[in-house]
Amino acid sequence: MAKITLENIRHSYLPEPKKKEDYALQQIDAEWSDGSAYALLGPSGCGKTTLLNIISGLLTPSEGRVLFDESDVTDTPTTERQIAQVFQFPVVYDTMTVFDNLAFPLRNRGIAEGKVKTRVNEVAKMLDLENSLNKRAAGLTADGKQKISLGRGLVREDVNVIMFDEPLTVIDPHLKWLLRSKLKELHQQLGRTMIYVTHDQTEALTFADHVVVMYEGTVVQVGTPIELFEHPAHTFVGHFIGSPGMNILPCEMSDGVVHFAGNQVRTASTNLPSNGSDNIEVGIRPEFVEFDDEGFPVEIIKVDDLGRHQIVLARHDSNMIKMIVAEDAQIPSENPCISFSPAQTRLYKDSWVID
Amino acid sequence: MGIELKQVSKRVGAEMHIYEADLVLEKGGFNILLGTTLSGKTTLMRLMAGLEAPTSGEVWFDDKNVTGVRVQKREVAMVYQAFINYPSFTVFDNIASPLRVARLPDAEIRKRVGEIAELLKLSPMLDRMPDELSGGQQQRTALGRALVKNAPLVLLDEPLANLDYKLREELRDELPKLFENTGATVVYATSEPQEALMLGGHTATLHQGRITQYGVTAEIFRKPNTLISARVFSDPPMNNAIVDKQGGTFVLADGIRWPVSGKYSAMADGCYTLGIHPHHVTLGEAREDSIAINGLVQVAEISGSESIVHVDIAGNPWVSATQGVHPFEVGDSTELQMQVERCLYFDEDGSLVAS
Repeated sequence: MAKITLENIRHSYLPEPKKKEDYALQQIDAEWSDGSAYALLGPSGCGKTTLLNIISGLLTPSEGRVLFDESDVTDTPTTERQIAQVFQFPVVYDTMTVFDNLAFPLRNRGIAEGKVKTRVNEVAKMLDLENSLNKRAAGLTADGKQKISLGRGLVREDVNVIMFDEPLTVIDPHLKWLLRSKLKELHQQLGRTMIYVTHDQTEALTFADHVVVMYEGTVVQVGTPIELFEHPAHTFVGHFIGSPGMNILPCEMSDGVVHFAGNQVRTASTNLPSNGSDNIEVGIRPEFVEFDDEGFPVEIIKVDDLGRHQIVLARHDSNMIKMIVAEDAQIPSENPCISFSPAQTRLYKDSWVID
Repeated sequence: MGIELKQVSKRVGAEMHIYEADLVLEKGGFNILLGTTLSGKTTLMRLMAGLEAPTSGEVWFDDKNVTGVRVQKREVAMVYQAFINYPSFTVFDNIASPLRVARLPDAEIRKRVGEIAELLKLSPMLDRMPDELSGGQQQRTALGRALVKNAPLVLLDEPLANLDYKLREELRDELPKLFENTGATVVYATSEPQEALMLGGHTATLHQGRITQYGVTAEIFRKPNTLISARVFSDPPMNNAIVDKQGGTFVLADGIRWPVSGKYSAMADGCYTLGIHPHHVTLGEAREDSIAINGLVQVAEISGSESIVHVDIAGNPWVSATQGVHPFEVGDSTELQMQVERCLYFDEDGSLVAS
């Protein structure tokens, strides 16, 4: 196992990058500690797969260095980096048994057969595959096959890091939570460094101790699930995490007081600029917007009954505001007014939070 | 157009793909077919489209029996999971293609494509080729081709399955709106309960080739008619436990008891299967209508705005869903509040008897 350090990493797929937009990765500096579980989370095109490929050695960065512990592996080929990878689609030898599939990475490295047997049995036990060890892989369902891919990723004990690239894509929704839980449990049992790439917030937040949120080639926040939910450092994090995401509303500062569409708004931000309105926004999650007779008036545009709760779309002036209310909550029919919970309201300048 | 299936079945070889199905879809409605892979969603759609002929039964469009009518004569539009566009056509020509086939005049084609592109936010991309578009834009192009025909029946087979999580959230919001004013009857297949709830409209739950329930989406989510419908329409799964009604008291197998309230008083004494949704077994303070049950945390999943905690209660697995981010460690003991007035009771055949 190893600590992973990324120093001044930039990457462009173009031969002679000039502008900022030419870079798929803008500038990444990070130190990921040994034995932790990290998730790289972001929409397609955010650079997460590029970063994963740089760590695994499939790609050499245009600039910067990659270190495993203290050794520079920037130019080391994948095969010499001692990493295990699990991909989006199962990579399984159909004609082999489950046992032989799991044993493959060990036998490949000339591990003694006695040791192979012990390891395969251990891993099979973790993944509840003990009863299918003698079956041919060809007869298994997609999630059965993906479990083998996971098992092959876990079977070697000498790897620096285990990397997962959207490993649950092919899994039926009803089974996803089982495998998600399993992965989390495995990390807790094994204590290996793991990196998990996904666009699915539930997978990232469930699996990882530290979630690395990426947007347009930049890391916009590294945080625990609670930090990302309660304290988004960037409006993109507010938007991307949570369903629906954070309301981001234009506002104006006058004499150090925040005004949203003429209404004074109290926030948790303290280093407020005294005046101005350029690129200043206020962020409030739908969970923390409430009906409040003392608040400002809104027009209710739509109420969606999601079974578990209701999502209310309200308009104030020309601004649309989403709120989440309880499934049995009464939506006021006359003169509805709303307010923002000050402790959960934050100011953003140029998309970055003001603390 | 109203669609009606009368005792429609489909057998392929010895296998029943669809058992006698009766279903009436209202004109202009948004209808969801919800079920796992191989539950019969796609077959049902192909029967509606005329891509397959039923083994028995009839398909009616309004007051016309179309059972033997070929797909070309049925005026249906279909969008598949994989975005299918003509790779050598621009976005404009892709969307225009059904109108060219119908030999509409050029001016009319330009007008209709322009309107659809505006609706789908594709106007700036009309001159691009499909491979220059993001996944979401490609799927919107495929949707545009389905919309431009103004077909009275639109069949969407898991159209968002290949898209990024956040983009799906946006399109789920937009899709019902897109069709709202077209008067088209829409049928939308999905394997995800959450997606059905976000889309709203009406839902038919499917299980192993049978339609188990049909009704207003949020209503059948709250009141599944059988344990099977409940399983199809819940993710995380609905909690089930054996409960004994003894006079004025419900007794859970593990000795937890609570009084029978008015709405359940007509139930005869005896054993039932209790069903309760995870969001009615929550973390936090006791409520007027709740009783406390204790268990050990097995795993906690976090979706960004919701925590889903899997708990072992006296040897049985339970799931709890609570708003907000609540981290847990495996093995923590926790107290859950079960809202007893939200309990559903099923008889030994698995049919709902009280709610």
